[in-house]
Amino acid sequence: MFSSGRDSGYKKLSTVNRRMFIMTAAKLVIFGGIITRLFSLQINENKKYLTLSDKNRLREWRLPPVRGDFEDFFGNKIASNLKVYQLHVVPEQVEDFRYLMIRLRDILDLDSQTFKKILKKRSQQKSWETLIISENLSWDQFAKINFYLHELSGAKPVLSVARNYPYDEKFTHLLGYVAQASEKDLIENEVIKKSHVPGLRVGKIGLEKTYENQLIGSNGIQRYEVNAYGKRINQIDFVEGKKGTNIKLTVDTEIQAQCNELLKDKAGSICVMDIYTGELIAMHSSPSFDPNLFLYGISHDNWNEILSHPKKPLINRSIQGLYPPGSTIKPIVALSALENDVISTKFKVNCTGKTEMYGQTYHCWKDTGHGIVDLREALKVSCDTFFYEMSRRLGVDRLNLTAKKFGLGEKVFNGTYNEEKKGLIPSTQWKKNALGRGWVLGETLITGIGQGYMQTTPLQLCLMTAQLANGGFRIKPKIIYDKKSDSYEKIKSEMERNRIELLSDFQQDDALVDFSLEKKKGDTDLYKPLYRNQENIKFVLEAMFASTNEVRGTSYSSRIKDKKYQFAGKTGTSQVKKITEIQRELDLDISQIPYEERDHALYVAFGPYVNPRYALSVFVEHGGAGSSAAAPLAKKLFKTIIDRHEEREKIREKSLMEI
Amino acid sequence: MFKETALSGQTTFFQKLRSLDYILLVCILMLGVISSLAMYATDGGELLYHTKSHVLRFIIFFVMMFALSFLNIRFWHATGYLFYIIVLGLLVWASLYGITASGSQRWVDLHFINLQPSELMKIAIIVCFAKFYHRAQINQINNFKNLLIPMMILILPILLVVSQPDLGTSILIALSGIIVLWLAGINLKYFVYSGLFLLISLPFVISFLKPYQKLRILTFFNPDKDPLGAGYQIIQSKIAIGSGGLTGKGFLKGTQGYLEFLPEKHTDFIFTLFSEEHGFIGSLALLFIYGVIIYRVIDIGKNARSFFGKLFCFGFASSIFVFITVNMSMVLGLLPIVGSPLPIMSYGGSSMLATMIGFSIVMSAKIYQKQLIA
Repeated sequence: MFSSGRDSGYKKLSTVNRRMFIMTAAKLVIFGGIITRLFSLQINENKKYLTLSDKNRLREWRLPPVRGDFEDFFGNKIASNLKVYQLHVVPEQVEDFRYLMIRLRDILDLDSQTFKKILKKRSQQKSWETLIISENLSWDQFAKINFYLHELSGAKPVLSVARNYPYDEKFTHLLGYVAQASEKDLIENEVIKKSHVPGLRVGKIGLEKTYENQLIGSNGIQRYEVNAYGKRINQIDFVEGKKGTNIKLTVDTEIQAQCNELLKDKAGSICVMDIYTGELIAMHSSPSFDPNLFLYGISHDNWNEILSHPKKPLINRSIQGLYPPGSTIKPIVALSALENDVISTKFKVNCTGKTEMYGQTYHCWKDTGHGIVDLREALKVSCDTFFYEMSRRLGVDRLNLTAKKFGLGEKVFNGTYNEEKKGLIPSTQWKKNALGRGWVLGETLITGIGQGYMQTTPLQLCLMTAQLANGGFRIKPKIIYDKKSDSYEKIKSEMERNRIELLSDFQQDDALVDFSLEKKKGDTDLYKPLYRNQENIKFVLEAMFASTNEVRGTSYSSRIKDKKYQFAGKTGTSQVKKITEIQRELDLDISQIPYEERDHALYVAFGPYVNPRYALSVFVEHGGAGSSAAAPLAKKLFKTIIDRHEEREKIREKSLMEI
Repeated sequence: MFKETALSGQTTFFQKLRSLDYILLVCILMLGVISSLAMYATDGGELLYHTKSHVLRFIIFFVMMFALSFLNIRFWHATGYLFYIIVLGLLVWASLYGITASGSQRWVDLHFINLQPSELMKIAIIVCFAKFYHRAQINQINNFKNLLIPMMILILPILLVVSQPDLGTSILIALSGIIVLWLAGINLKYFVYSGLFLLISLPFVISFLKPYQKLRILTFFNPDKDPLGAGYQIIQSKIAIGSGGLTGKGFLKGTQGYLEFLPEKHTDFIFTLFSEEHGFIGSLALLFIYGVIIYRVIDIGKNARSFFGKLFCFGFASSIFVFITVNMSMVLGLLPIVGSPLPIMSYGGSSMLATMIGFSIVMSAKIYQKQLIA
């Protein structure tokens, strides 16, 4: 070893020194590589990684938007929001989900059905989706949860808002209702999709659905810094959501409430309308149901009860229910005949209780007959025989035109209600197209008394009456109150101007009004006359007055003597099925006929008779005779309507001052 | 010990004190301060467990290093094999009775400290080789016997560490050992041969790897494939470093670390956190300090008269360099994730102890640079 000599030692040293030098050079290169990498990450790609880092740490929480309210004309809230306490759980953030659920079940005292439902919901959604354990904790439950919160990691008590319908079932059909947004809602409506949060309630039907985009509001946004496990560390900022637009309706809660009261335990509809502004004062369909039931997911029992109810509460009879108008159509038939110069007001028919035409017997409702009647009398006593003869002369097509002009067979609120139905005003052309058969003349006769193919909604009858009552001018029905819409005075003077204009045209040129033009129903026709000669309108209105306020008039027993409340109307009793000869002989009392076969009772009216302002239609499904089942309801209602008028005008003035 | 010093007799204690390498000392102290601050940042700006224990360890081990520096270099030469054998014994003990944590049995309980012998082996292997080649003749280095013995010395601890299992540390031990072997003068062709052999046997080796180790290697080649799984660490680390930019997000303002997006931020990923908060400039400064340390160690080696001292310094400088580059390349996404701490910076007692022992041997080589070893 020691003899190795210096050579060997030097060689060893030089080798190690040389290799170390190479090594050092390599180190410098590698360090250079690391610095290059650092440079490329931190300098070149800094922006990209900065964005990624922010994406990592910042998370947004969207809060449920606060839905706009509905209020009536007087400012009463008919749909608003309540503060509710909810309990949310995000399964992903829970260590032991089963344990938490069992603890919650004990604390909240959940029944096994609810508990199973929650677990089922859990299995259907993703683990990062919020699971709503309870949407509406009682204050006791909420306090209890907060007390035990330290043991319930993952459970989040949340203060939220929920829709509330303080009038319960009173406005259900008019407003519609909200329920939890379904997948379909999200697909169909971008706005809902944009602001969706778990448990969001959206309109399912009615105005709640139609005005969804205005009502929904915008989400509040909480931006949090979160850690890698998604835990919120601190709030970075908070953007308050905007409440949805409040929508003011033209309806009057008090009248609506009375409509509810009047139709209690009955199936039917009442519509009330301002004959100039077209404002809907009330619209109720009975039976109704409590929309609050749908808020937290309707229970099976409740839903079944609604579904199996014999009177079908889900149908909005005012706009969805199609019924033969019966004798309530007679003012239009009379008007059509006069307008088309088919008869004069002097025209008389001898009613013997029945008439033979085209080999068939057509009966008047009064078996003994009305004797010799003229048009005024025929409207007053609702003589069918007179109308058979008159409509025979008029023909169904001319009747069709007049009826359509006055709003029958067309949607009243085009688009406001998805579920609204058009109804049907028959014509020869229609029958050929729809049924492929030619019109039979006998059908004209029964159409003339509002039977046969003819089907209208109660709201259409209300509009028809309104447009007669205002002197025969087109109005635009509305349910959403708009300050900027035309005032009563303006509308009246506009109508007067149009009346005079037509009068001068008429005098200049004796030609008939071009009916084809009047088929168009644009806003350009608004407040334009629907008649050719206003005398005809006046005649019909006067006959309706007689029908209510003169002895032997069909609704004489429902009259109000007080001029302030005095109204004029027309009854209607529409047959559900054809009356056989045997039944006619029997002349059964209503209580002896099975419910489904009983006649529908109808009544249309306007008032006060001098300077009328309001029109209404009453419909009682299988209620029997219009004179006994429908007209009395109108009598009760008119008192309220007229009494509320002053109040209403006061509010209107006030709101105009605010502009 | 004192007797020995007295015998060699040329230097007084103050002269020794003066001949300490102060640049190196200052650099180590700076690393200590930087690492303590970084640890403070990982604790979210609070004086918590990691910071406290890191600071305490640094102080103890630094004092220890300072004291051991005055040991004559001959002591290290004399105890070279013993040191190796003790550490090897500890490794065996670890694999028999060691403490298991996160699926790997790599710690031994020494009551006052939980020691990770594999970390000490990184130094012990260098000491052992330095002693071996100190005696070896240059013309005998490449003969069969002198190839076989170092091979055994190297492979034995590697096998023990791999079986813990701890792939990262065993690779680092292998790398430091191989570098020392090469520096000592082993012919390059043997490295080429063994390299080829390894390449051929690689498929077999891979078949022995644990599934998570295979996954890590696969992930390295495509981290975006599974961003929330195995690639998570690399992606998050790159995001942290990249978002640091030129000057960093500021001390205690690194969001990635603070919000727990960084895995193992105290240990292997400490550089990520540091780089996020201090940016490119901070990272360069840190690299500069490491560079100076390596330069100083190499310089001391150059001036050491004993071959033992020289080879140890060169070997130690190279292995520190390897540890730094492997760690940084890993967090920068240049290498697969393997457990490898950043010397001094990373949290971990054994790693710091080993590094400090290394520094004390280097210091000793400086103080006794003229010392010849028989």
